[in-house]
Amino acid sequence: MTPPAARPLAIDATALTRRFGSFTAVDAITFHVRPGEVFGFLGANGAGKTTAMRMLIGLLTPTEGEATVAGWSVATESEQIRRNIGYMSQKFSLYDDLTVGENVELYGGIYGLTDAEIRDRRSALLARLGLATHERSFVKSLPLGWKQQLAFSVALLHRPKIVFLDEPTGGVDPITRRKFWEMIYETAAGGTAVLVTTHYLDEAEYCDRLSIMVDGRIAAMGTPDDVKRAAGVASLDELFLRLTRPGAVEPAA
Amino acid sequence: MSPVRPPLAGAFSAFRGFVVKEVRHILRDWQTLLILIGMPVAQVLLFGYAVRSDVRGVKLAIVEPQPDAATQSLRARFEGATGTFTLVKVVRNVAELDTDFRSGDVRQAIVLPTDFAGRLGRDERVPVQVVTDGADPNTGGIMEADALAVLRQWHVAREAGTPGAQGVRIDVETRMRFNPTLESVNLFVPGLIAYVLTIVSALMTAITIVREKELGTMEMLLVSPLRPRQIVIGKVAPYVLLGFLDVVLVLGASQVIFHVPLRGNVPLLLAESTLYTLTALSMGIVISTAASTQRVAMMAALAGTMLPTMLISGFIFPIAALPWPLRVLSNVVPARWFIIIVRGIMLKGAGLADLWRETLILAGITTALIAVGIRRLAVRLTG
Repeated sequence: MTPPAARPLAIDATALTRRFGSFTAVDAITFHVRPGEVFGFLGANGAGKTTAMRMLIGLLTPTEGEATVAGWSVATESEQIRRNIGYMSQKFSLYDDLTVGENVELYGGIYGLTDAEIRDRRSALLARLGLATHERSFVKSLPLGWKQQLAFSVALLHRPKIVFLDEPTGGVDPITRRKFWEMIYETAAGGTAVLVTTHYLDEAEYCDRLSIMVDGRIAAMGTPDDVKRAAGVASLDELFLRLTRPGAVEPAA
Repeated sequence: MSPVRPPLAGAFSAFRGFVVKEVRHILRDWQTLLILIGMPVAQVLLFGYAVRSDVRGVKLAIVEPQPDAATQSLRARFEGATGTFTLVKVVRNVAELDTDFRSGDVRQAIVLPTDFAGRLGRDERVPVQVVTDGADPNTGGIMEADALAVLRQWHVAREAGTPGAQGVRIDVETRMRFNPTLESVNLFVPGLIAYVLTIVSALMTAITIVREKELGTMEMLLVSPLRPRQIVIGKVAPYVLLGFLDVVLVLGASQVIFHVPLRGNVPLLLAESTLYTLTALSMGIVISTAASTQRVAMMAALAGTMLPTMLISGFIFPIAALPWPLRVLSNVVPARWFIIIVRGIMLKGAGLADLWRETLILAGITTALIAVGIRRLAVRLTG
């Protein structure tokens, strides 16, 4: 296989595996994500989505297999990976007892931005989110939807090549989810790859490509249309149910 | 292939920003901060006034089967020791005191023999019995020592040169030498410094690190270019300062309120305290790597650091009085060595030349704990 000439892959995983004792959480998954692509990781709880993501961002070491992120090996070059990725965890990842401005400042500092860069990007970020008047508000006083948009923006502050979102829209209302996805598209349009895990099937339709994980394996992968066509189903919903509950009797259409 | 290191200035500013954040956490949680600053002073007052083991107003009875000049003068001696003793009864027979002992109306009795003056005059060995309420072994021991001291003083004054109870004399003298007023607050202050530093450093460090794990922010930090080492140091650095402030507060309060002597070198004392702060911090770090919730961290810190600091460090119970398994265990309790150091500096005016061994042990424990802590943190969090 010759790599694409123009730009290296954002993520390139080959037979990536993680075992915990005798339990195989991620079983030899192979996939890649191109720059500027929105790639969805779908699966039931416990299917291995989060474990796979944690290996790519350097929170877990793979048991077997290989992966590169932004061209760097997850096994040996996690330090370079860290400088080039953004991450938003399932749990809320800003500090409640710091103000909006202080949170932005903290992350900017951690990623080695200069004071001037932090200042500029902070005001741009707050203006974009409509939070300019809330710079001095404590994060805990913001509604959840705003917090999550803020967390996402903060994860992008150092302009990473790839951003990892682990169930970013849990618990927020549909309008905020919609806005959140607009932000994801904007980010991807700027050339950043986005790897997002979700179990909302409507969100899966928004992805450029997706993979459905079942018991640690990739059971289906491709664009939403490809995946549906290949399985001969009308909706991702139907496919998801068939893959995750193979024994279930399908409802008559 | 050698990894590309970030420029040093960038790494430093990242670290500085991280410390600033930690200071903000501490300042905004003002209730906790108030406890951390107010507690040391409250503890000094508590130990100085309430928990002191000096015994005051011991209810004393004297058993004199045959009153004579010698018994009179001994009785006068005990009556003169107001404050320590209150003579409540003089009886002929020790059996008369049984119910008084049981009810607590009498806590101690001096039992004199018949023909006291006569036998003293003939230079015989005179048996004098000191019966003490031993229900509380701590105060019992102190009452006994106090009574023996009065007896000895009386004996010395009466007949210079005649030895009294030999074994006891040495014991009393030891205590007299370093703590002439027998003030227990002098002995408590060093232990108190260890105790307060353990709470501020070990407990707070464990909680503050585990809190980030619980909130999920620890993942964000670990995914960032910060190294585990920087995260840990950045989180605990403000607590070194807070610990230092607490040491100064405890010393200040005990000087101003109780006039506890500080005979040794103050910079040395502060340096040793900083070393112990680091020891306690590293205990907190080790706990934080094992605990997954703040509650677990807190219980582990209580059981693993605060209890040993109180109970098997020589703070409250003398090491020599512990059963041998605990005595052996006390060797790995950092507070044990720190208390020896602080007592040495404060009460005896000892210098580093006297205390290098304890200092070395403390430094050794600290180095080992920090190594284990940072290693475990890195392993623990990256699975």
